Amino acid sequence: MTALDQMVGFPQQQYGANAGQARLVARNVSAWFGTKKVLERISLNMEPGQVSALIGPSGCGKSTFLRILNRLHELVPVAALSGSVELDGENIYGPTASVTRTRLKIGMVFQKPNPFPSMSIAQNVLAGLRLSGTKVHNRDALVQECLERAGLWKETRNRLNESGYSLSGGQQQRLCIARALAVRPRVLLLDEPCSALDPISTGVIEETIRELCRDVTIVIVTHNMQQAQRISDTCALFLIDDEGKPGYIVESGPTDQMFSRPNDPRTADYVNGRFG
Amino acid sequence: MTSIAPPGPDTLVARRPEVEWSPAAGAERPPSRRRGNRSAAIELGSCALASLAFIWLLFTIAGLSAPFGFVVCWYLLFLVSYAVLSNSLHGRLVMKDRLATIGVWSGSLVAGLALAAVIGFVVFKGAPVAFAKFPHFWTTDMTRGGAATPVTSVGAGAAIMGSVEQVGIAALFSVPLAILTAVYLVESQSVLAKIVRNIVDAMTGTPSIIAGLFVYLIWVQPHGVNGKSGVAAAVALTVLMLPLTTRASMEVIKVIPGGLREAALGLGAPPWRVVLQVVVPTARTGLITAAILGVARTTGETAEVLFTAGGNQRYNLNPVHGWQDDLPLRIYELIGQPSLNAIREAWGVAFVLVSVVLAFFVLSRSVGSSGRGTLISRLLRAARRPTIGDTP
Ligand SMILES: Nc1ncnc2c1ncn2[C@@H]1O[C@H](COP(=O)(O)OP(=O)(O)OP(=O)(O)O)[C@@H](O)[C@H]1O
Ligand SMILES: [Mg+2]
Repeated sequence: MTALDQMVGFPQQQYGANAGQARLVARNVSAWFGTKKVLERISLNMEPGQVSALIGPSGCGKSTFLRILNRLHELVPVAALSGSVELDGENIYGPTASVTRTRLKIGMVFQKPNPFPSMSIAQNVLAGLRLSGTKVHNRDALVQECLERAGLWKETRNRLNESGYSLSGGQQQRLCIARALAVRPRVLLLDEPCSALDPISTGVIEETIRELCRDVTIVIVTHNMQQAQRISDTCALFLIDDEGKPGYIVESGPTDQMFSRPNDPRTADYVNGRFG
Repeated sequence: MTSIAPPGPDTLVARRPEVEWSPAAGAERPPSRRRGNRSAAIELGSCALASLAFIWLLFTIAGLSAPFGFVVCWYLLFLVSYAVLSNSLHGRLVMKDRLATIGVWSGSLVAGLALAAVIGFVVFKGAPVAFAKFPHFWTTDMTRGGAATPVTSVGAGAAIMGSVEQVGIAALFSVPLAILTAVYLVESQSVLAKIVRNIVDAMTGTPSIIAGLFVYLIWVQPHGVNGKSGVAAAVALTVLMLPLTTRASMEVIKVIPGGLREAALGLGAPPWRVVLQVVVPTARTGLITAAILGVARTTGETAEVLFTAGGNQRYNLNPVHGWQDDLPLRIYELIGQPSLNAIREAWGVAFVLVSVVLAFFVLSRSVGSSGRGTLISRLLRAARRPTIGDTP
């Protein structure tokens, strides 16, 4: 049980020790925007306590897949979906599944930073708890811990009451990471969290990811092959054959195998930068 | 055929020659962004003076006396001379920039003058009445009026209180409802939302007298002489204020980036919390502006209150019982009386009305432009904040 658990006061059995058990399984997931199919029968196991990396060219549906894992896909009015996603054996799209509880358990950091402009930096960090009606005992310590883990504490310690919009783009992204950490999700989905960051901040985030993955299942989208190699345990390559065709998984498996002895020649081409 | 010249080394400099963008090396303070300098002002002034003198000479020699034509000729000659001067001294780019600036300024000047004339006339006619023995006119009612009594013996107090109560009640009805409706219409994709959206649009265009007639027919007439009251007027005003505020609020809520809603939903927030804790707070300044503009608009509406408020020379602070006065209605009634005094009093009431509406507009602008904070602190800050240009 970490200091964070004590501060937030979550029941230990739900988070803490048991958190490592969260396993996310996608079965035959296909997705559409209107009549355009963007994902073709994606099946993927995201193992508990591991970092899974999704790699692939732009527009092949990685973000869409990530949003499906958190039930955000259905917010797009024309979006449609088939297949199922299981969190610890329970279908999150099942008839009895609660959308808000699912999203509370499966946190998300978006490709574009989106802090709440009406809230201060500190309030942004606590926003998830406030928005889900969770009581917090020691706000200041929680804010500090989350900002430290996101590598943002030094820059913001003296301006916690300024608007979240007053930060730079990269700082906003780290604020969003801190905001996602504060609710202690069991699964954390990260959509290119480091795309706007310098190497030092990236290092901090990667360290946090490695640290978190003992308690939290992490799925990360990245365009950076070195990063995927550094931080992920398993890896999945998404590809798209033609413009207008759906994206699909070429190969998935342990990261070192994907990078050193891939089964598919397209994987070897992609990870070595010989694509297209 | 035109050829596009490659940007020369002086293009960047030529664009804004009057602005000093780069501070001296090692300067601590940012450079001032104030545009213009003395020589630019001298060029402008000399062109204006020279063309004035020339046109004056021309009109005197020709024996013309047409003030409007004089101004137009002066303006045109000024434009030409200023363009020629700028072109020969600074080149084409500067000339275009200056002409565009002059165009924008003179356009806003003309529009501003028209507005200032309307308001200025009301101030000119009404302020002496409203401020004679201040605050007498703002607190007394109309009961001691008459053809023989001096203007200063009556006041708009009853009308002010009536307006405040009626508009206040209407705002109480419509502002929360309008904001909720706007949230629903923006967030929902359903067929019902589409229908309501069209109804709101149609209601925005409803002639205000229809709103007044509507309340008159369904409420006032069935209740006979007791039908008219402050609340009846407030309901009629609501019919107008509700769609106005809804439309304005919708525009404000629409521009909130969808990413914010997704961020909040992605954190596991139920939709109603997203609306209350993310959407509305983010749009707060705009929503306040929308509400105040709706209130300001309805404060001056006459047709709704014509058959619903009744009018009353005495104070009647009870909005649910008895006829009640209000500002536009009082103006309407005073103007109709065959007495010079009544006409002058009407100007006084008009002045009160214009100042109330102007105060609302100023309030909405300053609230709309200030930053984060609670509503109260923001209003306080807006009241204390120096206007733009006062900053050293
Ligand atoms: N809201 C939407 N409406 C319609 N089509 C969409 C929408 N969002 C995404 N798409 C389409 O779905 C496909 C997959 O998009 P997605 O954002 O998942 O790609 P991605 O793999 O995340 O790309 P990137 O690496 O550039 O972020 C694209 O062809 C995109 O045009
Ligand atoms: Mg993406």
